[in-house]
Amino acid sequence: MSGAISGYLVFAWSGVLLFGLGLFGFIAHRHIVRRLLAFNIMGSGVFLVLVGLAQDGRGVDPVPHAMVITGIVVAVASTALALVVFRRWYRASGRTDLPEDT
Amino acid sequence: MIGLWSLPLLFALPLALGILSLLAAPAWRPRLIFIGLPLMAAASLDTLAGLVTAGPQVYRLGDWIAPLGINLVVDGLAVGMILMTTLVTGLCALYARVYLRNHPTSTSFFWPLLWFLWTGMNGIWLAEDIFNLYVGLEVMGLAAVGMVALRATPPALAAAMRYLLAALLGSLAYLLGVALLYSAYGTLSMAGLQEAATSNATTQVALALIIVGLLLKTALFPLHAWLPPAHGGALTPVSALLSALVIKASFYILLRMWLMLGPEVTPDFTAGLLGVLGAGAVFYGGWMAWRQHHLKQLVAYSTVAQVGYLFLFFPLVTNTGPEAARLAWDGTLMMLFAHALAKAALFLSAGNLILAVGSPQISHLIGISRFRPMSLFSFGLAGVSLMGLPPSGGFTGKWLLLHSALLSGQWWWLIVLFLGGLLSAAYIFKVFRMSFREGPQIDRSVTPPLTLDVVALLLAASAILIGLTAHVPLHWLRLGMAFGAV
Repeated sequence: MSGAISGYLVFAWSGVLLFGLGLFGFIAHRHIVRRLLAFNIMGSGVFLVLVGLAQDGRGVDPVPHAMVITGIVVAVASTALALVVFRRWYRASGRTDLPEDT
Repeated sequence: MIGLWSLPLLFALPLALGILSLLAAPAWRPRLIFIGLPLMAAASLDTLAGLVTAGPQVYRLGDWIAPLGINLVVDGLAVGMILMTTLVTGLCALYARVYLRNHPTSTSFFWPLLWFLWTGMNGIWLAEDIFNLYVGLEVMGLAAVGMVALRATPPALAAAMRYLLAALLGSLAYLLGVALLYSAYGTLSMAGLQEAATSNATTQVALALIIVGLLLKTALFPLHAWLPPAHGGALTPVSALLSALVIKASFYILLRMWLMLGPEVTPDFTAGLLGVLGAGAVFYGGWMAWRQHHLKQLVAYSTVAQVGYLFLFFPLVTNTGPEAARLAWDGTLMMLFAHALAKAALFLSAGNLILAVGSPQISHLIGISRFRPMSLFSFGLAGVSLMGLPPSGGFTGKWLLLHSALLSGQWWWLIVLFLGGLLSAAYIFKVFRMSFREGPQIDRSVTPPLTLDVVALLLAASAILIGLTAHVPLHWLRLGMAFGAV
């Protein structure tokens, strides 16, 4: 891990960058669909960290890949549920964002 | 090998029943509990019997070795949570079967979601590796969001959306922490991490991400904003399940994470900070609960406050000596179990009172004591435990925490315990004052079905009973933990 930034760390740092970008979007945006997109970008960042850090010359490691596949399934399911709730909310209230806390 | 048949059933069975109830005609969905509940109770009791006869151990699912297969941990804490989940979920299911007759549009999806929720929770209690904890969190979290949205009114949908966004953010922070831990140590197993982990930047960042993610899911002050609308606005049996059990799942993971890595890896101030946030939650939640005008919102803010007590665990267990740490462990778990039982009872009896007067406003409860003494009695019994009056579970828990604080010389936590109790008394008696007042508001009330009252009373009575017989559960809960030696 010492010396110059080797190839595998590029993926991991890109993942961290994506996570940060997504987090910013998640907090900055009010539109729920934009926040869901930001959530998915954060998720991709985490997956990139998982597979990126696993390429550090320890040989082929299937565990992170299994985790990423499970993570993708979870992300798809969460996004689907969020979109269903959003559609119901939009139809009921006509708003694309959440009301501010009282 | 213990619990050979019962252990996988604990999450395979609710999963199967969930799918089955999706396939069944809506009229048949509630009836599945008459098959499911006895089987779940039998499986839970068999797991307890296995723990008692064979002691704590690790069970390999399908006999696959660790990174390929899934290890399940069977120790006192896990079995305790399983039994409590079975008790509370079972009673809430009986309540819901009657309660939901008035909500025909919501019933069709309540039952599948209930089983999926149960699957996720049992998966969390048993998981031995940090990734399966994530999977359990997501299964449970998505089912819980669905349950909040069941009412399908605009406030319920907004609450569900807010809950979902908070839960997703928390899970991703947790997952990123898991990714860093795996890349640093090449293992996901808790036992493996405990051996391998050292205090370095990677571990600290990973643990910080995990802790923050879980705090968001546990709704610790100041990350609690999503909780009151979600718990207060849901259907009554859903509120009870969420406040009693779901909120405990992320705390349970935090507890295990802390015992595994916390004191060695984190900077010294972390435990104190968690305690201070807990104290903030006790005060803020109690104060906000007292200010509410809706009965179920009051109960929901009471959850924010009660979660705070659990976080006193961290400063009391870290660098305090074995005796104080053991007392903190006992006290925290007693608080956890007492709160689960008492809060479920409080939500269910609040739901009964709301059914009786036909209004969620506290001010409309005037004179209800003459008509619904039994609902009010359950509310009061549960309140006794939340206030921490003897002989309830809440009292025993606070007593143990108090001793631990004195023994470790951290007397300032006594102020939190004392003032927190006073605040709980203030909001519980706010409801009582209204219900005993004679007023012109009502001269009759709707009588809710007897089952609803009986279920609430059973839960409230168990919250008291667990305080009277505290040494028995506490003895079993220490099995397999570092605190068992004393």
